Amino acid sequence: MTEQPTSGVVNHGGSDQLGREAIRQINPNVLGIIIFISSEAIFFLSLIVTYVVYRGASTSGPGAHVLNVPVTAVFTLFLWSSSLTMARVTAHLGRNDVAGVRRWLLITILLGAIFLVGQGYEYYHLYADNVTISRNLWASTFFTVTGFHGLHVLVGLISMSIMAGVISPGENHPWGATGVEAVSLYWHFVDAVWVVIFPVVYLWTLIS
Amino acid sequence: MAEQTRGYVPTYPTITAPTGLWRWVATVDHKDIGVLYIVTTLVFFLIGGLEAMFIRLQLIAPNAKVLDPETYDEFFTMHGTTMVFLTVMPLLIGFANYLVPLMIGARDMAFPRLNAMSYWLLLFGGLLLYFSFLAGQAPNGMWFMYVPQTLPPYTTGPGPNYWAAGLLVTSVGTIAASINLTVTILLLRAPGMAITRLPLFVWTVLVNSFLILWALPPLAAAMVMMLLDRLVGTHFFDVSAGGNVLLYEHLFWFLGHPEVYILILPVFGMVSETIPVFARKPIFGYTFIAASTVAIAFLAMSVWAHHMFTSGMGLTEDTFFSAASMLIAIPTGVKVFNWVATMWRGAIRWTSSMLFSIGFIGEFIIGGLTGPMLATVPVDWQVHDSYFIVAHLHYVFFGGSVMGIFAAAYYWYPKITGRLMSENLGKWHFWLTIVGLNLTFFPMHLNGLLGMPRHVYTYPNLPGLAELNFWETIGAFILATAVVVFVWNVVASVRFGRIAGNDPWDAWTLEWATASPPPPYNFASIPPVRSRRPLWDLKHPENPDPR
Repeated sequence: MTEQPTSGVVNHGGSDQLGREAIRQINPNVLGIIIFISSEAIFFLSLIVTYVVYRGASTSGPGAHVLNVPVTAVFTLFLWSSSLTMARVTAHLGRNDVAGVRRWLLITILLGAIFLVGQGYEYYHLYADNVTISRNLWASTFFTVTGFHGLHVLVGLISMSIMAGVISPGENHPWGATGVEAVSLYWHFVDAVWVVIFPVVYLWTLIS
Repeated sequence: MAEQTRGYVPTYPTITAPTGLWRWVATVDHKDIGVLYIVTTLVFFLIGGLEAMFIRLQLIAPNAKVLDPETYDEFFTMHGTTMVFLTVMPLLIGFANYLVPLMIGARDMAFPRLNAMSYWLLLFGGLLLYFSFLAGQAPNGMWFMYVPQTLPPYTTGPGPNYWAAGLLVTSVGTIAASINLTVTILLLRAPGMAITRLPLFVWTVLVNSFLILWALPPLAAAMVMMLLDRLVGTHFFDVSAGGNVLLYEHLFWFLGHPEVYILILPVFGMVSETIPVFARKPIFGYTFIAASTVAIAFLAMSVWAHHMFTSGMGLTEDTFFSAASMLIAIPTGVKVFNWVATMWRGAIRWTSSMLFSIGFIGEFIIGGLTGPMLATVPVDWQVHDSYFIVAHLHYVFFGGSVMGIFAAAYYWYPKITGRLMSENLGKWHFWLTIVGLNLTFFPMHLNGLLGMPRHVYTYPNLPGLAELNFWETIGAFILATAVVVFVWNVVASVRFGRIAGNDPWDAWTLEWATASPPPPYNFASIPPVRSRRPLWDLKHPENPDPR
């Protein structure tokens, strides 16, 4: 917990009202990232709505049926399981176990990196088949939605690497604990965005 | 202390505050950053104003040749973009930056370095936008830069790229600033400063920050798609590939309409601070002002398509967006009644700040009244994209936002600089503004009703148009004179203004409890907060406000 700025006055009065404000218990880093995520969510919503609105509107092929759903499903499992390992990170934060935090962070980074490699593999094959971002309307929306998600995964990997580097032992919590907590919330968000993108972009092709 | 008991002599580095230019580059102090914001946006205000003067010169007579059509397009696009994204929005963030920590009794913002980053992104985003003039073509597709006219083959120059890239950079800064303000307001309030006791300016900044956070991303998405269409050949707005240009309009106005509230809500908060102080009465209906701000923000997110009545959306959509738009008149009207009721039977002091506050109410109402007119679909079909719209939006932007910001400038200038602005010049500034503003923008209603389209570089010599446009240009020059008086007042008062002291207006909020200008740590000791007017309680211990 960071300390609130203190003042020289002892009796403040009205503190009765503040005691009931649960929000004051939240750390600034954590609240900041939650608010940031709310804004990011609307950015992704705009991109995903665009994808859905344009679905089937493309005047020339190819469409979403060229996607290799089973392969992406496997890489998706790596991404989603990284949310579970991230939960281990925050569990070790509470125990003030820097080594444990670092170990689980590295595992999470590894899982996220495997997902990115999978995305690179997918892009490589699409490009080999001449499915590029400028091929047609569907390809434009596909690469934009998944590309922005991939960029966010990359930012998450960089953030986790930085936190794995700077975290160090502290009194009750490791130094940098709230930073790790903020990064973990961001990472869960990146995973959650894929929970929307994967069905909309990939699974939808199976039933149409 | 613990170190000394262990026989350890602390060798703290001597920190010397940097001076001169480096101080402003290196600063993370919310007050310095606030001043940087305000000065930068004032410069952009003058540049945008200069562009407006050229526009008015070109329109002074039918078939005039002051500007060629291409330059005219660039000037009005840059005028609109500058005033919205580089002037009023960041100016309000600048005021919030300076004032919010002081008003809630905090030492600084929650994230001081992020705060500095927000400012530098604004500056460099603005410079990137203006670099377009050197790169061969400034943005020239109106401030909303509709597709497909901003795409090849209709626009082949680099203008739209600079528009999208520059605004994306400033948008990141704006979103960062909003996160910072939100966290600061929610978490760093002094003991006793409950949410229900926040000064109304802080309330409006809080609501406004959420509006920015949730309305800017769709614009960012639209700008990204436009940029990709132009740079890497995607097909988002390529109709022949199946793209839909209406998507751009929806995404743009999903920001574009909340944006006009982003430009006015903190101004509502500003006059909610000045009017009570200069009327010597507590604000009437505090709860209603705060709640109506939330109501406006909520409604603002659901009225965007009233900018698109002529795009052919269908009866259901038109009806919904028309009704939702008219609803906004209710919470806005609530505020006007609150301000008037605050002044009712008050002991009004006719300072420049109060004059501008009252002028704000009057001029804003004129712009407000044409709002429901334009929300009426058949009326909008008639006057869409005519000078009627130009009149409406300038009454709310200039008559509303800018007038309120002038009121705030006279009110808080002594806190920021330690000196008062000249009241004499202030009154010149006020009356020149009132005359110039109404002479410039009121006749535009008639231009619009006569059928004069906006965004066109000249007009034929039809009955009435020449006279109206001539007087509008004269009005614009009076308005420019008013701005020159104001700028001179701002610059000269730094040296020649009367020393203000801590609390020149006998005000009630916490920023007046510390020195002018405040020390880097803001407060040596934070005064107790037991009501909405902590300074009143301190000055009148025999008659404190009810808790």
